[in-house]
Amino acid sequence: MDRSSPQRSSVRQSYDGIVACLPVTIPYRRYSVNGAQWWIGRALHDLLKGAGLRPQDIDGLSISSFTMAPDTAIGLTQHFGLSPRWLDNVPLGGASAVVALRRAARAVQAGDADLVACVAGDTNHVDSFRKTLAHFSRFAQDAVYPYGAGGANASFALIAKNYMNRFGARREDFGKLCVAQRDNALHYPHALMKQPLTMDAYMAARPIADPIHLYDCVMPCAGAEAFLVCREDTARALGATGVRVLATIERHNAFPDDPVQIRGGWAMDIDELWAMAGVTPDDVDFVETYDDYPVISMMQFEDLGFCRKGEGPDFVRAHSFTNDGDFPHNTSGGQLSVGQAGAAGGYLGMVEAMRQLTGTALGNPLAKADIGLVSGFGMINYDRGLSSCAAVLSRAS
Amino acid sequence: MTTPLSRPHRKDPLARTHLSLLPPAARSRSAHGLTAAAAEGRFALQVCSDCAAVVYPPREACPSCLSARLPFQNVDPHGTLVTETTVRISSEPYFRERTPWRIGLVKLNAGPMVVSHLHGDTREGAAVRLSLMLDRSGAAVMLALPEKDTPDMADDPILREMTCDPKFRRILITDGRTPVGQAMAKAFAEAGASTIFVGIADPWKPFAGEAALTAIEHVELVPLDLTDTDSVDKLAAQNGARIDIVVNTAEHIRPGGVIGGHGIAVAREAMELRYLGLMRLTQAFGPVLRMRGADGVNSSAAFVNLLSVHALASWPAYGAYSAAEAACLSMAHSLRAELRPGGVKVLNVFSGPLDTEWFQTVPPPKVAPTVLAKAVIGALRQGIEDVYVGDVAQDIRARLEVNPKALERELGE
Repeated sequence: MDRSSPQRSSVRQSYDGIVACLPVTIPYRRYSVNGAQWWIGRALHDLLKGAGLRPQDIDGLSISSFTMAPDTAIGLTQHFGLSPRWLDNVPLGGASAVVALRRAARAVQAGDADLVACVAGDTNHVDSFRKTLAHFSRFAQDAVYPYGAGGANASFALIAKNYMNRFGARREDFGKLCVAQRDNALHYPHALMKQPLTMDAYMAARPIADPIHLYDCVMPCAGAEAFLVCREDTARALGATGVRVLATIERHNAFPDDPVQIRGGWAMDIDELWAMAGVTPDDVDFVETYDDYPVISMMQFEDLGFCRKGEGPDFVRAHSFTNDGDFPHNTSGGQLSVGQAGAAGGYLGMVEAMRQLTGTALGNPLAKADIGLVSGFGMINYDRGLSSCAAVLSRAS
Repeated sequence: MTTPLSRPHRKDPLARTHLSLLPPAARSRSAHGLTAAAAEGRFALQVCSDCAAVVYPPREACPSCLSARLPFQNVDPHGTLVTETTVRISSEPYFRERTPWRIGLVKLNAGPMVVSHLHGDTREGAAVRLSLMLDRSGAAVMLALPEKDTPDMADDPILREMTCDPKFRRILITDGRTPVGQAMAKAFAEAGASTIFVGIADPWKPFAGEAALTAIEHVELVPLDLTDTDSVDKLAAQNGARIDIVVNTAEHIRPGGVIGGHGIAVAREAMELRYLGLMRLTQAFGPVLRMRGADGVNSSAAFVNLLSVHALASWPAYGAYSAAEAACLSMAHSLRAELRPGGVKVLNVFSGPLDTEWFQTVPPPKVAPTVLAKAVIGALRQGIEDVYVGDVAQDIRARLEVNPKALERELGE
């Protein structure tokens, strides 16, 4: 089915003059006794402190969280003493950061806001993850969760099994990505996983939902991430170094007629992404994919243009993915090694890319980091992830 | 290949009874269209009235044309098991006790892709047929079965979770004096029940068919008078924890409407036996049934309520009788909700006039007791909860759906 809109304009306005800056991470914890509002509040605090701003200086706020119920973004304005003139609630999980960035960038560009704080935070209480799964979506409640209640593990197991059958991926290929990310994570201070991972340990891990084994799964945890979107001159005045946004794409419920998900919406918008960015996949120094399950990272390599559909396994076999090797990927360790702090998991790659591009990596810095790709994926509503997005970022020269 | 169940050992009387946990029961209101189909053993999905798209999961608008006209209709249950996984770690306590648990994606020939439980004899890449089943929480779920029946397939652990198969279970038939009670005993014996307690009120009174009844394997006659609370309580105290399926065969059939009844003696007798008898039975056996829903191979499984289809629509020629049956139906709905926490089903088996003495003057079609018994066994094996046995019952079911007012008028003519 051709879902491209007949009215689509061929040329999109650039994000010239807009930057994202001041990446903030509130170190993750496996379980937290605090609510999501606490985590979001900490991130906002650190963001303002880093910028030397007061709460009332912020005139734009974008919030992503799964666990702040019964609040939405509006409740947080009063909670945190903000009076923004631009407010966004982005409940898109792994797609949150790119979507928040591209909306905020347009708002600033249009003058609707000058300083947009983008924050994602979630808590993780004992047993709160089960409740999130049970009520994740109406389709999940009606037609997925009652089937073994395996959560995302089971849903992605079906996608991974189908991908393996169809394209010849092996567990070792997935393992290579997990092992490389763990290598990267060992240098990142906030990673929950602090022990090296070997391929033998990966292969011998206990099965969770075949073919998904323990180290294919992210660890749910509590945490928060944030960044600021503003004009380049505003950032300079704040003493912050920003990153430029060369291009972004966003797509939801792409390819609904694929029987089982073998690609995400990136494949629909890939040409536009690179054309708008004015660079090619070869120009990218590192890639931050959304890695809840390595099979999804493999799909992103294909759908974002680093190899063709079905070549993901070979592509993985041909690269090292470590920060000191070739094709650096998930350079802070990704969610697989750092942990998945709910919607903040969607921000992990974004703040890491911002740090790599501004020479402020908390872990292992890359030898060369001028252009980076951040990709998001999220919201397994029924049988597949619905949201996909990507942003090409560059060092502000 | 399904491994056949082996006969359960005697229960250790000192062991704690394993309590029932339930699979997730929350559903949207639209999804209860599936519940309605599953309750009757039908396979129905939403079909768009405007563009004929077959839709799943249940929606409020057609994803092809946005029509809101999405009635549930029977559709072809056949498809292909595209991909599968074995869930080994689950968030829910119910599944944690039962892993490994196979699920898969089934591409229906009718269109939709369906997340489904998998019978052990299904294979990835092979043809399957989907069945809508009521799981232990009474919610409708999809179960993929092998395309063709396989040996011992009913013994599959996932399928048996969703059925009330009498095999190796212990049955109480509340009245063995009637042809229905006797046919039921025979049918349960043939279905592999391990013990069949058959209640007899006033055992000193002889009754037709007694010799044949006692000759049935595994039948044990027990004194039981549903009009006597002590009698019901005594049987429950003695055997309640050894009864997995209760089948209430008590009947009180008398012709006549309500204004020509010359007093209330007959109606009171009917209510005493049918309505209050059912209440005595549920109060005595309900709590232990609810406790034993996860008690091994011969866990408690079902309460079977035999009803006249005129519980749904009064037949003025048998008006008082219809009213007593309606009272029993209403109680059964409450009982169903009350037994659900134990994972125990309530089967309402609706039939038209039976081919027995009390309906001697009623013209055919009538339901033979053996047919009724067979329908009960079939319903337990399918795990459904509403069964319409025979032409009259199905006719009334269909007419109720079309125009209940017309049915009311026509039944009074």
